[in-house]
Amino acid sequence: MTALTQPRFLSRVQSRVPSRFLPVIATFVVFVLTFGAGAVRYEGFASGQVIANLFIDNAFLIVLAVGMTFVILTGGIDLSVGAVVALSTMIAAATLEAGWPAWLAVLAVLASGSTLGLGMGLMIHKLRVQPFIATLAGMFLARGLCFVISIDSISIKDPAFRTIATETVMLPGKVAITYSVLIALAVVAVAAYVLHLTRFGRTVYAVGGSESSARLMGLATGRVTVGVYVISGFCSALAGLLFSFYMLSGYGLHAVGMELDAIAAVVVGGTLLAGGMGYVGGSVVGVLVLGTVQTIISFEGTLSSWWTRIVIGVLLLAFIALQRLILYRQRDL
Amino acid sequence: MTRTRLLWPALALVALLLLNLIVEPSFFELRLQDGHLFGSLVDILRNGAPTLLIALGMTLVIATRGIDLSVGAVAAIAGAVTCTYIASTGDALTAMALALGVCVVLGLWNGFLVAVLGIQPIIATLVLMTAGRGIAMLLTEGQIVTVDNPLFRQVGAGFLFLPIAILISLAALVAVALVTRRTALGMLIESVGVNPEASRLAGVRSRTIIWTVYVFAALCSGVAGLMISSNVSAADANSAGLWIEMDAILAVVIGGTLLTGGRYSLTGTLLGALTIQTLTTTVYTIGVPPEVTLVFKAGVVIIVCLLQAPRVAPALTRAPQPRQVEEAMAR
Repeated sequence: MTALTQPRFLSRVQSRVPSRFLPVIATFVVFVLTFGAGAVRYEGFASGQVIANLFIDNAFLIVLAVGMTFVILTGGIDLSVGAVVALSTMIAAATLEAGWPAWLAVLAVLASGSTLGLGMGLMIHKLRVQPFIATLAGMFLARGLCFVISIDSISIKDPAFRTIATETVMLPGKVAITYSVLIALAVVAVAAYVLHLTRFGRTVYAVGGSESSARLMGLATGRVTVGVYVISGFCSALAGLLFSFYMLSGYGLHAVGMELDAIAAVVVGGTLLAGGMGYVGGSVVGVLVLGTVQTIISFEGTLSSWWTRIVIGVLLLAFIALQRLILYRQRDL
Repeated sequence: MTRTRLLWPALALVALLLLNLIVEPSFFELRLQDGHLFGSLVDILRNGAPTLLIALGMTLVIATRGIDLSVGAVAAIAGAVTCTYIASTGDALTAMALALGVCVVLGLWNGFLVAVLGIQPIIATLVLMTAGRGIAMLLTEGQIVTVDNPLFRQVGAGFLFLPIAILISLAALVAVALVTRRTALGMLIESVGVNPEASRLAGVRSRTIIWTVYVFAALCSGVAGLMISSNVSAADANSAGLWIEMDAILAVVIGGTLLTGGRYSLTGTLLGALTIQTLTTTVYTIGVPPEVTLVFKAGVVIIVCLLQAPRVAPALTRAPQPRQVEEAMAR
């Protein structure tokens, strides 16, 4: 029945790969296509360094998207991530300026991000405040706290931070990457391990599939609901550190609207917003797609930056439509 | 229940106003000059007019269990369309009509994604939120377009004894109250919010109603966008209406309308919008840097949410909550 109503190529693809992989494959195809388009159009686009730069310029967004993936997999949303990134750059800059050693500043940033996440998670789980509102409050709080610390931008002069920010690692083929990229990739690896090979990860998917069923099965839904927001808070703080390596300053207006980029990357990466389906790998490719669009627009030179937003909007739309298609088919099966 | 829901935002508003009175004893003073009313209270009303208008549209959207994140972007587009048209032809009336027409189209687009394609509202409107500012930048070519048109200036900065902006917002509020509460429309909107499918089976045109509320929300945002850009006589695609969607949603939530839909309070939204604007003004009055307003906003959201939270509210009002019953059965 369904095979008849579908276009032929879809059913052929479906016979080989499970439909849950389709969105990620589609994202990857879009990435290859956009990158290919850039490579055909511009000389020197298809070089190892351009790919490495995609990672270097978007390391913080990758970490952010990983945390957001956890939250969205449970069917929630975290609007506070951009503000927490800004707060992290601010805390790092302010503590370093006050003469704290670098490791203590890093710990302070990670602890405050996780604590903020814990607070939002508890509000959502214990008090049943909707994720949208609870994290909106978190967003306001984090942005406001930035300005409580200082209204002006604070530059980071700490030698340890400067070293990490500017040192590069040479890969074979004369491709240089920064330590931030290594940190981001490590986060992705840990996240993939947690999601697929631990009890916590399986519960994340179960809660996203149906929270009441998961609870009736005796799974620790409460711990997971709070846990994903702590993870997201931690990832935002870490992304904030990477962002402060990138900018070498702390400022309350850093990362404005970055939560939208993170959500867009996750959606483009094929994670279902209703929860229960998606992969961190997809989110990483999602970030790369957004990064490629930005790179192409900067290569083009004549196109203005606002085209980035329009293209991201169109991409979002295309992937939402794809998700609807997959959901309809699952209902049919 | 309705009374207690309105009690907290009303108390918050009164508390804020009293705080202002203590810090600045002349806060409630009003003076009449050239037939215009001036004073801090009038300022609150005037600056709160765009938020109130957008929150009004948002209330109806949220009542259908939806949400519209694109309102700020739509407001920016409305400002951009009007100002670029006025800058090229000088015809303010056509410009504003054109802008509102564009907003209706944008509302139809949101409604199409939500009502016809069945996409989650938060994501469906995220598309326009992301792309919308880009479109507005495209219209203004990245510039801040300034205009000098006396008629257009009236919308945001004009006075008709009271500021014209607040008169427009209040007129819209009264109109919506009459149309939805004096007819069955309000009940139909609420029934769609409770269960769109059941409403459809009961003979309610769910799809048309959802579509209508998104168009109405976009129209409200459009008018608010006109007020914002008229007030400064310029269209700033980047910052016009930035974060106003969050303020509007906040106003609705503070007013006691639940994000889960199915019930809404227009009086609550009015109180919520005024509370937010008073909060901003209060921060100015007590001399804290304006950027820190956000911390206070977060505080207000958290307190109001806690008071309304399903786990806390019963302890205050002693009314049984469906969630608790459901949980008791689950155990």
